[in-house]
Amino acid sequence: MADNAAPLTANAVEIDNVVKRYGFVTALHGVSMQIGDGEFFTLLGPSGCGKTTLLRCIAGFEDVSEGAIRLHGQDIAPLPPHKREVNTVFQQYALFPHMTVSQNTSFGLLRLGWSAADAEARAKQVLDLVQLGQFAERRPGQLSGGQQQRVALARALAPRPKVLLLDEPLSALDLKLRQAVRSELKAIQRETGIAFVFVTHDQEEALTMSDRIAVMSAGHVQQIGTPREIYEAPSNRFVADFIGETNLLDVTVSRVADGAAEILLPGGARLSCPAALGARVGQGHLSLRPERLGITISGQGQLQATVEDHVYLGTDTQLHMRLGSGEALVVRLQNGAGAIPERGARLGLEIEAGAARLLSD
Amino acid sequence: MAKPVDLRRFTGFRAITWLCLFVLYAPLVIVAIYSFNDSTSITRWGGFSLKWYVDVFTGPEAPKFRDAAINSFTIAIGAAICATLIATAAAVAMNRAGRFRGKTASLALINLPLMVPEIVTAVASLVFFITIGFKTGLLTIFLAHIVFCIPFAYLPISARMQSVPDMYEQAAMDLYATPWEAFRLVLLPLMVPGILSGFLLAFIISLDDFLITNFVKGAGVETLPTAIFGSVKQGIKPNIMAISTLLLGVSVVFVTLSWIIGRAGQTKR
Repeated sequence: MADNAAPLTANAVEIDNVVKRYGFVTALHGVSMQIGDGEFFTLLGPSGCGKTTLLRCIAGFEDVSEGAIRLHGQDIAPLPPHKREVNTVFQQYALFPHMTVSQNTSFGLLRLGWSAADAEARAKQVLDLVQLGQFAERRPGQLSGGQQQRVALARALAPRPKVLLLDEPLSALDLKLRQAVRSELKAIQRETGIAFVFVTHDQEEALTMSDRIAVMSAGHVQQIGTPREIYEAPSNRFVADFIGETNLLDVTVSRVADGAAEILLPGGARLSCPAALGARVGQGHLSLRPERLGITISGQGQLQATVEDHVYLGTDTQLHMRLGSGEALVVRLQNGAGAIPERGARLGLEIEAGAARLLSD
Repeated sequence: MAKPVDLRRFTGFRAITWLCLFVLYAPLVIVAIYSFNDSTSITRWGGFSLKWYVDVFTGPEAPKFRDAAINSFTIAIGAAICATLIATAAAVAMNRAGRFRGKTASLALINLPLMVPEIVTAVASLVFFITIGFKTGLLTIFLAHIVFCIPFAYLPISARMQSVPDMYEQAAMDLYATPWEAFRLVLLPLMVPGILSGFLLAFIISLDDFLITNFVKGAGVETLPTAIFGSVKQGIKPNIMAISTLLLGVSVVFVTLSWIIGRAGQTKR
């Protein structure tokens, strides 16, 4: 086959211009990305952004309309699911209810032609990895949600897939458990060295676990980068708005060069700040991270605003403020010994380094 | 949510309920009671006795009933097995094959025997067998029974399949199972309650059928319902009540089993 001639690559998965259409609806508009071997890669976006569709295309449950999906260099787009060396952890786990935990875990191995003894030994090994060794003979129905989730993980890891696909696997767990499973999942990923493609709409999950994140919206990739890049250097309005909290201000841009911009803030102050690729001179959008704005009692600062309300959040307090120009702005202050400004107080705001970024639209 | 309407408060609810239950079940209860009548009269009570049950098994008509019963059960088991296989295949096509041309029409065709007047099916079957030169007999009864049992087997099987999410088969195929292995190792075991339920329903429908059987059976071939009808034509004797009660008992047991199995399958998982 000609595919054998494909060059050796460090990429576990290459998504090459994949288009997925359902009748007249296009779910994926030419999506491309490379997922490295051993990487924890997250597809992040709101529901309906195409992240699950893309995952199902990799697994083989959906045919791609155009484009290629390469697994270690081989185009797998024409293969049925059972011939792809990828395994999936389903959102609802999909554990076979009529089989024991051990039978569930060895299912894939037996289909691959392993002997019963080898399959059982491997099943025991992965069940120990997820700390469920003692539950091997139980039925899935006798396990808690968190345990079922780990069985689903063990079942998918047992055949040593080239890539593990995870479709919002934590969404059915309660908050406490979800946080515990996050670090466990990350540890297992490091231990096995298998590339994980993780789908979630939860930005916190994405930021805490991923090596890299692809932010998706409406069937397009908005940005691919490390959690830090995505958070600190969002490339456009969607990413800045979706990841974390941010303030978006309309500003006038006077100069853009070498990734930096000169802008005119509402109220007249000038500011130089980093600019995203594609930002232009003229009207633009400035992202201001609420936790990187400081208040000055003296009233000095690049922006002047009035406190309209405050929301106590335990470690922080959120100040809802309004600029002289009428735009709303949120500032996050860490709670400490200092007093919280009263409603109606007029304050100056200092923009800390790295707080501001000019976005492309 | 609004408080649900309490039907029991409607005027006449109680009276109508009792009337319906009476009309439906009084005849059955009377037959069952009079099957234990010691008298040869079918209307006058002459004390409790099991003699008509003894008569069914040892009396002058016993060989006729025995042969008819063997025919009935053989046909019912065979027809129910065939109908269940066909209905399972149909349910897979309807619930798992996605959308295809003529799907709605196929569904209508599967269920059509439920809506066609039985006498029409009976006449049509007879005409059909004669036209293609089939000799009427056990085989024609068997074939006709398979056909009208299919929709009865199909309904619980399809209902069950709809309640099994297709993620299980997807998970199986994700774990390297071929489509056939995914069906055999995952979907089929999860379908067992529906399939058993469908089989039992088909069995009982076949066992009880009179009209179609009467048309397509050959001379001298009897099933229990036709044998009973034959006896009744010469006057109703209490032994008919005994055998009817036995048949009723078999029906009740199988329908209850079918229901329990269907329900057990739903609560499990």
